[in-house]
Amino acid sequence: MLQRTLNLARPDDVYNAIVDAHKGLSDEQCRAFDARLILLLANHVGDEAAIREALAAARETLDKA
Amino acid sequence: MGSYEYRHYPYRRPAELDGQENGKGTRRPILIVGAGMAGPTLALEMAARGVPVVVLDDSDTVSVGSRSICQAKHSLEVWDRFGIAGKMVEKGITWDEGEVYLRDKPVFRFNLQPAPGHKFPAFVNLQQYYVEQYLYDRCLADPLIEMRFRNKVVGVAPHPDHVVATVETPDGTYDIEADWLVACDGVRSPVRHMLGLAYPGEIFHDQFLIADIRLLNELPKERRFWFYPPFHPTHSVLLHRQADDVLRVDFQFGPDADADEERKPENVDRRLRLMFGPDARWEHEWTSVYTFTCRMMERFVHGRVIFAGDAAHVVSPFGARGGNGAVADVNNLAWKLALVMAGKAPVALLDTYCSERRAAAQENILNSTRSTDFVMPKFPASRAFRDAALALARDFPFARALINSGRLSVPTVQPGSPLDTPDADGDWSGGPPPGCAMLDAPVGGGWLVDRMGQDFTVLTFGAAAKPLPDVPLVEIGDEPLARERYDARPGTTYLVRPDRYVAARWRRFDPAAVAAALARASGKDTSCSSAR
Repeated sequence: MLQRTLNLARPDDVYNAIVDAHKGLSDEQCRAFDARLILLLANHVGDEAAIREALAAARETLDKA
Repeated sequence: MGSYEYRHYPYRRPAELDGQENGKGTRRPILIVGAGMAGPTLALEMAARGVPVVVLDDSDTVSVGSRSICQAKHSLEVWDRFGIAGKMVEKGITWDEGEVYLRDKPVFRFNLQPAPGHKFPAFVNLQQYYVEQYLYDRCLADPLIEMRFRNKVVGVAPHPDHVVATVETPDGTYDIEADWLVACDGVRSPVRHMLGLAYPGEIFHDQFLIADIRLLNELPKERRFWFYPPFHPTHSVLLHRQADDVLRVDFQFGPDADADEERKPENVDRRLRLMFGPDARWEHEWTSVYTFTCRMMERFVHGRVIFAGDAAHVVSPFGARGGNGAVADVNNLAWKLALVMAGKAPVALLDTYCSERRAAAQENILNSTRSTDFVMPKFPASRAFRDAALALARDFPFARALINSGRLSVPTVQPGSPLDTPDADGDWSGGPPPGCAMLDAPVGGGWLVDRMGQDFTVLTFGAAAKPLPDVPLVEIGDEPLARERYDARPGTTYLVRPDRYVAARWRRFDPAAVAAALARASGKDTSCSSAR
């Protein structure tokens, strides 16, 4: 099950850490960075159903935008 | 070509040309068109069941070029029934080590050493011409098999209860009738074309160059896969070792490469020189430029004409699923066809050849397409993830599992086949369920695969089983590995099909249940055809 409510103790810190990590990278480097990050996090999560749910949720919100 | 000497197998003037075998009285039970890997294997399977076979092939020698070089365990187990797998293992290269490189640096090593306690290794590398040679020699020694070389099928006329093939030979053309015709005539299948049957699928435009060379000095023992190597910086290169000190070097090129230019000896040599260094010496064996397609026929059975192997479905070469898939096809087909021919099963049993092997072909296409997409990403995000997996692999072991240069061909799963009896007891925590291939294990100082015949077999573990009238019984005693692999307790019983797939299993030996499952697995249960 994908966590839909807050699961982070310090959400502002984590959010900004992710954004700041992209600072100074070209678009192409951002894509390479994100791909690494997604693979690392997906392996850490481990739960295939949750990963698939997250993929669907990300795509849905993209299509709605 | 250097190391392999091509023999020419004898052409004999067919008796039909002299009118000796014309007329209805000489209808053959089965014609097999094509003597690649599937055709002769099917011939041996049919002959082992007492069926006389005629094999027609347009050439008179084995595969030109090494082509399908990776022979999987499940294929070796089929060929072992005819006594030829031992010499394939002996002649071939059994390797389990490999290394993946990114640019000029090794990223990680892998070891594919299979679990111990199997008669055969996970696979051996052996050129297709050797496989075919051993198959031909074995077929020629079988009195029930007639190998007709330089016999080219130029016409096929299907009828409701038989087929007439028109065959061209150096001495003229003749007609031959058969109850069944099995087309094992390869990806360009002339039989499929003559019947006007479609072959839908996907075409890939990337090009590959195979250079088989014999390296005359130090030989790498392991498989190597390079992404963006200095000697081919924009793409990937795969290196495999084969018998006779032959190496296969497989260079990937984009869709725009000039194949005729790339295959010129001086251009191939230039790349090999960069790859193996200034002191290396080699001889060329075979060079081939290829692209590939993934295709599958809608139906593999068209009345009395049946398709198998590359003629019925074709995949990319990643994962060795072409030759091994073809052998698995005829392993599935042979016993069913023999039962139908003997009047012991309805023709509808052959529908399950189509349903089971189409499901297998779909699994093979899925696996090989995933490998293809990893090796040749088709859009920028795909490439970004591929490169991310490669970049992480050195320091993060999990990412090594994502690197997909071809997944080893293992027996496909056939879930929900109408021939299977689903598990009734819910307390299985392992073992092959119905629809999965049986597993080998050491038994009584030998191997379980050696205890299986050409027919259905019942395996029982530590129970007082009574012999059954229609099916041989193999009782397995105190064999820890076999018990573990079959999740066995005293009384555990498996029904194994002639193609070594599990049809049913139980926690206790019940002759009535075995008989019912046997009837269902041989297509006698009428729900077999309606279930589809």
